[in-house]
Amino acid sequence: MSNVPADLKYTKSHEWLRDLADGTVEIGITDHAQQALGDLVFVEVPEAGRTVKADEPCAVVESVKAASDVYAPLAGMITAGNPRLTAEPEAVNADPYGEGWLMRLKPSAGALAAAALLSAAEYQKLLEAEGA
Amino acid sequence: MAFIPHTEADVAAMLATIGVSRIEDLFDEIPPELRVKSLAGVPEALNEMEIGRLMSARARSDGIALSFIGAGAYEHHIPAAVWAITTRGEFYSAYTPYQAEASQGTLQLIYEFQSMIARLTAMDVANASLYDGASATAEAALMAVRANRKSRSARILMPLTLHPHYRRVAVATAANQGVRFEELPYAAQEGSTLAEALAKYDSEDITALVVPQPNFFGQLEDVDALTDWAHAHGILVIAVVNPTALALLKPPGEWGTRGADIAVGEGQPLGVPLSSGGPYFGFMTTRMEYVRQMPGRIVGRTLDAAGKEGFTLTLQAREQHIRRGKATSNICTNQGLLMTAATIYLSLLGPQGLARTAAASHARERELVSALTRVAGVRTAFTGPYFHEAVLQLDRPVAPVLEALAGRGILGGLDLAAYYPELGNALLVCATETKSSADIERYRSALSEALQKVRAA
Repeated sequence: MSNVPADLKYTKSHEWLRDLADGTVEIGITDHAQQALGDLVFVEVPEAGRTVKADEPCAVVESVKAASDVYAPLAGMITAGNPRLTAEPEAVNADPYGEGWLMRLKPSAGALAAAALLSAAEYQKLLEAEGA
Repeated sequence: MAFIPHTEADVAAMLATIGVSRIEDLFDEIPPELRVKSLAGVPEALNEMEIGRLMSARARSDGIALSFIGAGAYEHHIPAAVWAITTRGEFYSAYTPYQAEASQGTLQLIYEFQSMIARLTAMDVANASLYDGASATAEAALMAVRANRKSRSARILMPLTLHPHYRRVAVATAANQGVRFEELPYAAQEGSTLAEALAKYDSEDITALVVPQPNFFGQLEDVDALTDWAHAHGILVIAVVNPTALALLKPPGEWGTRGADIAVGEGQPLGVPLSSGGPYFGFMTTRMEYVRQMPGRIVGRTLDAAGKEGFTLTLQAREQHIRRGKATSNICTNQGLLMTAATIYLSLLGPQGLARTAAASHARERELVSALTRVAGVRTAFTGPYFHEAVLQLDRPVAPVLEALAGRGILGGLDLAAYYPELGNALLVCATETKSSADIERYRSALSEALQKVRAA
């Protein structure tokens, strides 16, 4: 049973979003996603200043068995990639909702309201439907 | 390990298992109009004896020429042991099996090759080789676009002093993937990239700068200045180097303050004989921070479950079978046999042997240039330092002179008219350690006569 914190928003592709209340959001992959990938050996995060469209691949997580793209849940500008993950990709496995965040993004005007994000309950249902 | 094909009984058993009667039936979903029925122009198969006779006859028609052509492929002495060992059964089947780790000997050899190339270039990491120097340069351009994440332009500065074929292959491979190549002019006096030409890019978004060393003219580029300029502007440096020359010249990993970011080159000079343009092999190295953007196979050394040393394919998440369409390249193999020869060649020569080969080649080229420029109507085109090739300027068109020399059994060099018309009657000549003083004197006197003949005509 994976951990789905109630205060976050989610996507169908297993990213989570945290509203940092300063005009930016923090983005990572869910506990379910990190469990499915297994031990991460490499994480590539985007450069600050990069502009991304919604659903654009903007980070890569690579485990011993697979490499997957992480998609931007919202259009906006990257304000930070988590610098720690270059040396410690395992932080995503250990603490996916905390130290293992991937990037921070300043959403484009209206992008946050327009995005079809899932609540914790909806994401939980999605996981159950996927048989997780 | 053995490579044994399936027997007819094996094939029949497999077809029976999946309920198909003939192998041909497996292709029935390809529409008949797309199938090639006959290969017009391709002759009937010959048996080994027949093909051996045909090829021997073709080879004899070349004669035994004294060659002073370099231009990307170089005649060096290859110790007899190199190919005696390379063609042993353990090495001669160049393909790595699908369970690559079952072939530890092959992987160990690749690992040693990578280690030698990394040391020769003073770079962190090498791959298991690529097809040739030109395709390695094209792959380096694509790699630089992935690696330089601060640049969004995919614009690459490519000096005119880079091998003209490499430039064409880079454009053919990468231009349709959105990479834009811009040519950099060279200094008419020195025959090396014009430093002042870089200033116009000072405030532009440029992804990478290609730096050939030595360049196509044989001249040495100011690699330190070019590297430092590039890095000061957030531009990655792709070194295109001659591996023999690296035994004497500063390796790319030490260029400028930070060193080059990617170094590639043609591996042929390391134990691969000249043979009508190939097969040769390319090599590629980079900094550890860009290793995940590097194409090709990489072998690593590790410990197995019992704690014993072993070799394994590593970082495969870059490759097609894992990353599919997002793989770093469609390259998923290497030039195994030629890389094997190069590893044995480097092992036999050692660093000192390679340095002596490079020094002897340079000395022979100086001797050649000095002999040929004593001939009336011949002078050097450039003033800068060169390695084992140089451009000569003749007072008559080059083509008829080369023809007259060929009649005397001498391949006098490459006529640059088609590649660099602005240089006029320019001839690129190369000498390596394989040329004796007598060979050089033979060329000098033949050139003198050939020029007189052309003048008289």
